[in-house]
Amino acid sequence: MESLSNVDVSDEEEEITADIVLKTLQTAWQNECLAPEILPHNNDMVECMLGQIQHMERNINKLPKTDIRASIHKMELSRIKFIICNYLRTRLNKIEKYCISILNDERQRMETGTNYLTVGEFKYAQEYLLNMETHLKNVVLDKMPGNMKTLEMNKMAVYPNLQTHVFLKANSTISGVVLEDLVGDQDEEIDLEEGSQHILQYKPIADLVKNGKVQLV
Amino acid sequence: MFAEKVIELLKESERNPDTIDPFKDEKIRQILEEMQTLFIMNMNDANATTENKSLWTTVQVRHSALERNKRCLLAYLYSRMEKIKTLRWEFGSVLPPDVRELLSDDEYEWFSRYSTNLASYMRSLGQDIGYSGIDLTENLRPPKALYMEVVCTTDYGKLELSDGDVVMLRRNSRHFLPAAECQTLVRQGVLKQIV
Repeated sequence: MESLSNVDVSDEEEEITADIVLKTLQTAWQNECLAPEILPHNNDMVECMLGQIQHMERNINKLPKTDIRASIHKMELSRIKFIICNYLRTRLNKIEKYCISILNDERQRMETGTNYLTVGEFKYAQEYLLNMETHLKNVVLDKMPGNMKTLEMNKMAVYPNLQTHVFLKANSTISGVVLEDLVGDQDEEIDLEEGSQHILQYKPIADLVKNGKVQLV
Repeated sequence: MFAEKVIELLKESERNPDTIDPFKDEKIRQILEEMQTLFIMNMNDANATTENKSLWTTVQVRHSALERNKRCLLAYLYSRMEKIKTLRWEFGSVLPPDVRELLSDDEYEWFSRYSTNLASYMRSLGQDIGYSGIDLTENLRPPKALYMEVVCTTDYGKLELSDGDVVMLRRNSRHFLPAAECQTLVRQGVLKQIV
């Protein structure tokens, strides 16, 4: 919300903040595309950017059609729009794929107020799961004999693979990231220097991605 | 052999991973019938196991066959749902009649619900700041240029652009249009991009 109010303060500041908003959005998009699980939403940034787009579109429309500035700005706008659409779409794809596990986790997170999904996304996920359930029930489950009728959600659930490896870049110096040793019991501790790049398992650095200390590349 | 038909069903649909086959009503009915028979046999034998322990293994095998059938049927439906989802993104909320025929009634019902749900989510986007929603099915590919050259494949009629200009789309006519506005038509096959 902070950035939203910043933008409205004065016209001079607007350009700098709009730039930061775009950068944040780009990072969020990049992280979302590369992370195996769903990340906390960035709805404030998206809405702020949408506001900016609207504002810029109005300005462009004032320019004559043949003005070169108009086409350059339009091109830039369509790029930003693509980023927003792709970001939201990536999230939707994850929500659909990991629907059951995301909804279960989200219900716990909602109690602590640290929800990852926006209200709209949560509604979408619930509706999606409900539709899937009704469909499966109508087509086959209801026609099955006695004790086979129930849909076992746990057996159907797809979980994101947190053990996968990701490329990442440290935004600040972080010391003491614990890498679990799955086979033996020799846990390893490493330090990430600012600006350094690594290939690591996603799970130990998941929290660092969420609070922006590292960035996936 | 137990669960033979369901494997056939899955193999058939796996053979064409990118296209959607007609819904196999008959086969599914047969599989459900097999399950019913297995279940009844199991019921009879399970009641008898109290005296005769040797039947226990038979019951177990039949039960796992039942479980397998169920799992595979669900997988079949699930993979079809995945395919139907891509249809929604490609064609929009109205399916061409030849594709519509490939879905069963229940699947079509699911498709419309999925479509409505997606539409209401897209409408809710940015509502707080007075936006009327974003169509996520646009901008599927990164934009390369503002305008693109297209040729029309059918007599489509008039197309009104967002700046108020009206373009007449006739068969085999060529146009130079804003990419954002003709992408949907390109995906529907009305326009074809000239590279």
